[in-house]
Amino acid sequence: MLRFAARRLAFAVVSVAAVVFITFLLVHAAPGEPMLGTPERALASPETMARQRTLFGLDRPLPEQFLRYARNLARGELGESFVLHRPVAAVLAEAVPNTLLLGGTALVASLLLGLAIGVVQAARHHSRTDTLLSAATLVLYSVPVFWLGLVLLLVFGERLHWLPVSGMTSAGLEDRLSSLGRAVDVARHLVLPAASLALVQAAAFARFQRSALVESLDAEYIRAARAKGLTERAVLLKHALRGALAPTLTLAGLSVPYFLAGSVLVESIFGWPGLGRVAYDAIFARDYNVITATALVSGVLVAAGNLLADVAVAIADPRVRLDQ
Amino acid sequence: MSPWRLAARRFARNRPALTGAVLVAALVLAALLAPLLTADPLAQPDPVRLQNQPPSAAHLLGTDPYSRDILSRTLHGARVSLVVGIGAALLAVTLGAGVGLTAGLAGRRTDQLLMRGVDVALSLPRIVLLLAVFAVWEEAPAAAVVLLIAVTGWFQTSRIVRASVLSLREADFVAAARALGTTGAGIVRRHLLPHIAAPVIVSASLDVGNIILLEAGLSYLGLGVRPPTPTWGNMIMDGKDVLFSAPWVALAPGLALVLTVVAFNLAGDGLRDALDPRAAA
Repeated sequence: MLRFAARRLAFAVVSVAAVVFITFLLVHAAPGEPMLGTPERALASPETMARQRTLFGLDRPLPEQFLRYARNLARGELGESFVLHRPVAAVLAEAVPNTLLLGGTALVASLLLGLAIGVVQAARHHSRTDTLLSAATLVLYSVPVFWLGLVLLLVFGERLHWLPVSGMTSAGLEDRLSSLGRAVDVARHLVLPAASLALVQAAAFARFQRSALVESLDAEYIRAARAKGLTERAVLLKHALRGALAPTLTLAGLSVPYFLAGSVLVESIFGWPGLGRVAYDAIFARDYNVITATALVSGVLVAAGNLLADVAVAIADPRVRLDQ
Repeated sequence: MSPWRLAARRFARNRPALTGAVLVAALVLAALLAPLLTADPLAQPDPVRLQNQPPSAAHLLGTDPYSRDILSRTLHGARVSLVVGIGAALLAVTLGAGVGLTAGLAGRRTDQLLMRGVDVALSLPRIVLLLAVFAVWEEAPAAAVVLLIAVTGWFQTSRIVRASVLSLREADFVAAARALGTTGAGIVRRHLLPHIAAPVIVSASLDVGNIILLEAGLSYLGLGVRPPTPTWGNMIMDGKDVLFSAPWVALAPGLALVLTVVAFNLAGDGLRDALDPRAAA
């Protein structure tokens, strides 16, 4: 177990380092200048730009820049944003928890919904319910997440006025609400963006869970469970589900990139102040340090997702032994 | 009867799969004939009075904020989605099959090196890299979008192909062929490729839908193939600003996307069930 964990951790470090290296290379080797697309850029004289470049060390050769970046990174320093004029760490410290709240809620919701649909379908596969749910999950699985976000925004925010359409809190209300009231306020703002992300992914989980369950119903240990006289319900929920849970948990761990990509698209629709918006703004403004840092955080989250999936699988499936 | 004919027969008997295939064919036809069926997608006949008009007899799906005909733009937008979706999926499986074959046939060291590389590549946040590249590369042509999506999308296929090659390499019929003096290239061509073709075809066909969604996401952010060339993604972006006053602008390209991706997924599911009867449930 310890050796397995150490090996996985080493692998995670290597892949995060690869992400940082590739992103650094991409943004620095690309044509174009830093701070492109910012309002100040149009007003700055060539001398100012040159001074800025010297200040941030962007006039040095690329290998030297990368070594300096790596050295700072090893000390835990992410540099300063060219555009926001703040330490990158402070920008991320604000944004990352918001994205974790959004992505985490969506991940848990989609996993529960996907599992439930998959179990219902497998329990009566080839029934009418199964066919209908298969069609529904196929369509949901094929919907672009940003378009679903717009549709939900239009229907539940604008037409029905059930839920707030933008931001994370109601402006001006923060001071007048109790802490419970504030939590409810954030939760109301969370519903639409989290639902956009969760519905599409729930369809993916359900499709996967159904076929894994149906397949495992033919396995020998299931026949053994049936033979010992267990009810079909107990066989499905106690034995088949446990065996078929592992691939879905792996898929859940591997779905972190999906939620990151989705957050870039969905956060801008709902004005959610998270990592996706920071990445989006930074990319268009050529804010080098912020781009590299968001790639770093994404890499860490992806690696953490893979690691958690391995652990969850080991707990869910007694056939898996990690030290082998 | 050959296994391929058996698979074709199973596919033809699968009604959802057939529906998907027919839809795909219709979409390809519509994309090809778009210039004949509809007006110029860039034409702005009356920028003032024809802005954001609801569907009417003259403009069946209405007009967008630049007074352009949405039906014409939706049909023309199919071209980018289909070219990128099909092109990138084909290129990606070719790359994946090449690397998988190499890893499966080459020695242990090459295999280890390639597969470690694939492990790392699979854990990269693809979207962040694509965003960075396309933000930098303004005016990227469709070919560049195809290339970059393919280059960042072959890793899973290479694993599938490598696993098949490893198990086939020890198979009796391959040993027999080798004993009869078939050369390495002959074994790959006559004995390995036909067997790995099925999983590769399935992987490619199920990938098309995801790639179309990925391309739409990029062009929704204004990246990749840029306006004024119509793509379903940038049409939805145009519609976002007038979502509340003219929802039809974003609705048409979104529905087109859903229909197209459903069609490819239906056909892909059908191919999987036809080519691997054990997976059909």
